Amino acid sequence: MKTRYTFGGDEHVYVEMDEEMSLDAFFKSLSMSNAVREANIPGVTEICPANASFQVKFDPDVTHPNDMLAQIKELEHKAEAAEKRLSTRIIEIPVFYQDPWTHDCVMRFRERHQDPSGTDLDYAARINGYDSVASFIEAHHSQPWFVSMVGFVAGLPFLYQLVEREKQLQVPKYLRPRTDTPKLTVGYGGCFSCVYSVRGAGGYQMFGITPMPIYDPEQSVSYLKDFMVFFKPGDIVKWKPIDQTEYDRVTAAVEAGTYVPRIAEVDFDLEEFNADMAGTNAKLMEALNDT
Amino acid sequence: MTLEIIKPGLSTSIQDLGRPGYFHLGIPIGGAMDRFALRAANMLVGNAEDAAGLEAVFMGPEIKFTQDGVVAVTGAEMPITLDGESRACWASFDVKAGQVLGFGFLQSGARIYIAVSGGFATKPDLGSRSTYPIGSLGGLNGRPISAGDEIPIGEGGASHGGKSVPEDLRRRPGSPAELRVLPGLYWNRLTETAGQRFFEDMWTVAPEADRMGYRFKGGRPLEFVEREQPFGAGADPSNIVDGCYSYGSIQVPGGTEPIVLHRDAVSGGGYFTLGAIISADMDLIGQLQPNKLVRFVKVDMEQALAARKDRKELLSKIGRELG
Repeated sequence: MKTRYTFGGDEHVYVEMDEEMSLDAFFKSLSMSNAVREANIPGVTEICPANASFQVKFDPDVTHPNDMLAQIKELEHKAEAAEKRLSTRIIEIPVFYQDPWTHDCVMRFRERHQDPSGTDLDYAARINGYDSVASFIEAHHSQPWFVSMVGFVAGLPFLYQLVEREKQLQVPKYLRPRTDTPKLTVGYGGCFSCVYSVRGAGGYQMFGITPMPIYDPEQSVSYLKDFMVFFKPGDIVKWKPIDQTEYDRVTAAVEAGTYVPRIAEVDFDLEEFNADMAGTNAKLMEALNDT
Repeated sequence: MTLEIIKPGLSTSIQDLGRPGYFHLGIPIGGAMDRFALRAANMLVGNAEDAAGLEAVFMGPEIKFTQDGVVAVTGAEMPITLDGESRACWASFDVKAGQVLGFGFLQSGARIYIAVSGGFATKPDLGSRSTYPIGSLGGLNGRPISAGDEIPIGEGGASHGGKSVPEDLRRRPGSPAELRVLPGLYWNRLTETAGQRFFEDMWTVAPEADRMGYRFKGGRPLEFVEREQPFGAGADPSNIVDGCYSYGSIQVPGGTEPIVLHRDAVSGGGYFTLGAIISADMDLIGQLQPNKLVRFVKVDMEQALAARKDRKELLSKIGRELG
C-alpha cells in the first residue's frame, strides 16, 4: 500500500490509502479518519471515509492547508500502529432476489446493457463463471459484507464482501446509466454491492430489492426515528434471501411500525479474519442467531 | 407573516448557506450556488447573512406579499417590478401588503437571490432550510416552490429599504468567464500534454448545468497515463476505486467533458478528478448560462488563498457600506 496525500481545492485534503481496493486499504482509511476525528484539528468541518481513501474538509482561514496536510500525515503512524479491531454491528438485510420490480426496470433499460439478451443476473453469473443464477445468488449472500462507504446520494451504502480476492464478484456498470432505479434496489458495480436508498438514476447491475427502508427524511420508520440514515461505514451486512411472501410481510411490518431489523454487536479483528476467513465469518453470522 | 407564490418560475428553491456535516452520509452541503449574492441580499434587508432566501434560475417567480416588509434581489441581471413599477437590483426596497413582485427576462448571469426582511422561516432539516429534492430535505417539504405555496417569513430585519451595493462591490463572471483551478486529487492520471491542453482550450457551458454540477464541452479530449486498472476501479482509464468527491472538483468521465461538482452533487463515485475550482470562484459558476465561454486558469495554493481573502474582504466592504 502506498499512501498518497493531495489537495482538493483549498478546502479539502484527500488521502488515498491505495489505488486498488482491499480490506486492508479500507481498514486503514477508516482508522485514519477516526484518528483525524479524535485529533480535533481546528477548522475541520467534514471527515468522509471511503472505500480505499478518505477526505477531510476544512476552513483554510482557521488552519493553513499545508499545516492541515502535515497534521493529518502525522496520524498515519498512529493509525498503522493501532490494533486493526473494530467494535461494530452485523445487520441482516432481507433481499428479494429476481423480484418483479427490479426485473421490470432491468427489461426497460435493456438497450443500455452489455448483454440485452438476458437479465443482469444472467450476465453477472456468466461472467463470474457460475453455472447458474442460483449459485451466483448464493455466492452473493452466503458470506457477509463490510459497508466500506456511505454516499453518492443520501444514505446509500457501498459494500465490499468479506472473502478472498479470487472469490470477489466483479461486474461492470451499465454501458450507459439508467434514468431510473427502484428505491431499495440491491445493485452491483465493480467489486461493490449497494442499496439504492432513494429512487433515481443509476449504473449498477440490479439483482433484487430489500423491503427494509434505509433512508427516511421524515423519520417515521420505527428504527430511523433517531436518525434518518441507517448505515455507517464499518457496519457489517448479511443478506438474507427472501421470497415474495416474506417481502410482503416485512413491508407490512415496516408500515405498521413493528419491524425490528436483526442486529448484533460484534468485534471484527482484521488479523484474525486474514488468518481464518471462513471461521471469522461463521462467528460473525452466528452472532445474529443470538438476537 | 407569509408570502404567496403566484408563479414559481422554472426551478425556484429556498436556499441558505447549506448543510455541512453530513457529507460522509451522502448528504451534500447544499445551499445557494452563488453564496456571495445571497449574503449580499441578506445584508441589504438586515438579515443574518445565513438567512434563507429564494434562488431562482433563468426566470423569476411572481410573489404576492401579505404584509409590509423589505425586499432585495441580487445575482443575475433581471428586470425587477413591484406592481409593475421598476425596482433596482442589488438594492433594498419597501413592499406593502398586497403588492406583487415580478421579473422580466434574464439579461445576464443565471440566478437571482430574493431576500425578505425576517428571512424565509420554513422548517429546517439537519440544521438548514436549503432545498435538496433528491433527499427530500429542506425547502417546502423537501421540494422547490410551486404556484399557490404560502411561505412563512420570520421576524426582524430592516424596517426600511433604500440601501444599495455599489457597482464595484458586486461580483459576476467576466467574458470569457475565468475559473481558477488548483490541480490535485487524481491530476497524476493525466499525461503532461493533456494537463496543458485542459488550460489552453476554450470551453463552453453545456446544457447539463444545474445545482448538482456544471458540464463543459468544446475542449480537446484528455489522455491518461497508461496503467493496468487497479482491482475494484473499473475498466475505463477515467475510473478509480469509488472515493469522495471534493466540492468544486472536476471529473472528466471518459476524458471528454469536464463536470464541476456543485452544491447538490453526489458525494462520491468512481470517476477520477483532476483538481478543484478554488473556493473563491464557486459563486461565479452559479451565474453561468449554457453556451457561455469559459477558460480554466491554473493557480497554486497561495493564489487560491489570496483569492479567498479578496472575496471575504469584498463581503466585509459590503457590510461596512450598508452599515
